[in-house]
Amino acid sequence: MNALDIRGLTLRLPATARPVLDGVDLTVGAGETVALVGESGSGKTLTSRSALGLRPAGSTADGSVRVAGTEVLGAGPAVLRALRSRTAAMIYQDPRAATNPLRRIGDFLTESVLLTGALDRAAADRRAAELLDAVGLDASVLDRYPGQVSGGMLQRVVIAAALMGDPALLLADEPTTALDVTTQAEVVALLDGLRRRYGTGLLFVTHDLGLAAAISDRVYVMYAGRIAETAPAAALFDRPRHPYTAALLAATPRIDAPAGRLAAIEGQPPDLRAELTGCPFAARCPLADDRCRTEAPRPRPAPGAADHLTACHHAERLEGSAANV
Amino acid sequence: MSETPAGAAVLEVSGLCRSFGPVTAVDRVGFSLPAGGSLGIVGESGSGKTTTARIVVGLDRADAGTVTVRGRERTAAVRGRAARLARAREVQMVFQDPYLSLDPRIGVGAALRETLRLHFPGRDHEGRVRELLDQVGLGTRAADALPRQLSGGQRQRVAIARALAVEPAVVVLDEAVAALDVSVQAQVLNLLADIRAETGIGYLFITHDLGVVRCVTDQVVVMRSGRIVESGPTATVLADPRHAYTRLLLESVPHRGWDPERIAAARRAL
Repeated sequence: MNALDIRGLTLRLPATARPVLDGVDLTVGAGETVALVGESGSGKTLTSRSALGLRPAGSTADGSVRVAGTEVLGAGPAVLRALRSRTAAMIYQDPRAATNPLRRIGDFLTESVLLTGALDRAAADRRAAELLDAVGLDASVLDRYPGQVSGGMLQRVVIAAALMGDPALLLADEPTTALDVTTQAEVVALLDGLRRRYGTGLLFVTHDLGLAAAISDRVYVMYAGRIAETAPAAALFDRPRHPYTAALLAATPRIDAPAGRLAAIEGQPPDLRAELTGCPFAARCPLADDRCRTEAPRPRPAPGAADHLTACHHAERLEGSAANV
Repeated sequence: MSETPAGAAVLEVSGLCRSFGPVTAVDRVGFSLPAGGSLGIVGESGSGKTTTARIVVGLDRADAGTVTVRGRERTAAVRGRAARLARAREVQMVFQDPYLSLDPRIGVGAALRETLRLHFPGRDHEGRVRELLDQVGLGTRAADALPRQLSGGQRQRVAIARALAVEPAVVVLDEAVAALDVSVQAQVLNLLADIRAETGIGYLFITHDLGVVRCVTDQVVVMRSGRIVESGPTATVLADPRHAYTRLLLESVPHRGWDPERIAAARRAL
């Protein structure tokens, strides 16, 4: 059973001309690491939050979001409470904002499982101690307040808290963006070890293509509320088939690239107030023609690779590297 | 624009020290930025890179050491409005977050005019405002916009235009592209390269991103715990790092076949 199964998720907000999420399909298998990559406003955070049944106020949703087999869209409070305390957990970008500065770390860890009655006090304390050890912290942290530990340590605490209910699905929304690069490596190593040890499905939301390539089995690239391309990580980075993926790769400053100008993507993503006909990337795309501006491309598999889907009319013309764009 | 002969240092920092109570934030830091050059300072939180930048700009005072711009010492206190303004014109700063560095109630054109009026009173500034907006790739229409009507990338262009307005010798960019999306970041980095080629303004680029350093700097200084651990031409330092900490920083950048477990172990060992 998949940890997460999103089918045709469409999300509309009041006073917008187009859906903020438009027919999103996304799966995370048990024990699999999946990266969801996109820029601000692409809908990656909305997609990951939908797995917890979190939607912006006033929004309407169509489609299906199943976490470990349970439908989340339209689920009642009891189902959502069980989901959020046990089945799925989220790690946010800023651990300072995700913890209560006035509560001891020990109480923060055991709070949710005690509230829902998933574990009793003794079992919860044992689990907290075990997880703190798994994230490389000692039990003395339990009595401390968030303000008394470093950002890297606190992010480990937040990760331990996310695993308290032994979730089937772990959602990590830019969990390392606020951390230094060497700390980032530690947190990623930790998440990877925990995923293997507990068989958790991991959805890693990030704007960092290099990080996505380094850690994930499969990658989804989002643009303007739609999945532009999805493929196994190696195929996506070696043979991108969507002009947006290729352009993003070319625009990323790299330490092994020659100095000098970057291949910038001119223009801006489409505005939510404007209706979208055709491909959302058409206005910025070097390959766009009349068809792209009128007819929205459906995801199509690459020849001989059913797991490499691209929503582009011209995917065949891009066969090859980012240098073609 | 620069009064400094080509090749001579436009910015010279030497023996800089700054302590906050028992913590030594900057410890005997020195480097030199050639006219029209671009120097990167990389390091993690607590390395002292931002404190160094703030001292160079004049937002903080050094306990010891000197900062010299175009041959003029700026570490000593100055008296009088004219001297303060003259010093501000030498070095300008672009901050990370244009949402915080621009006044939300003041339009783009007015913000530029305010800076120009302060430094060059009695001139007509309309032409210069148009020129600055054009230089950073914003249309004249942007002059009437309030910051909230602009995207993050456009706002950062406004912040850059405001820094350029006083024709500084050096611009200090403190994580100036860190908050931008990849596609917008590339536009702004290209813009900065073009401006440097056109004007010969020197850049001091404070960043944690080694990819950005590779892209926009000629020289790089690696800082750790307040000290410089390595420095040299950017291409050399990145291709052939000498210090274990520089190597760790480079290996920490995620790439295919990346082994975060090994980096975590190396970090603990260092």
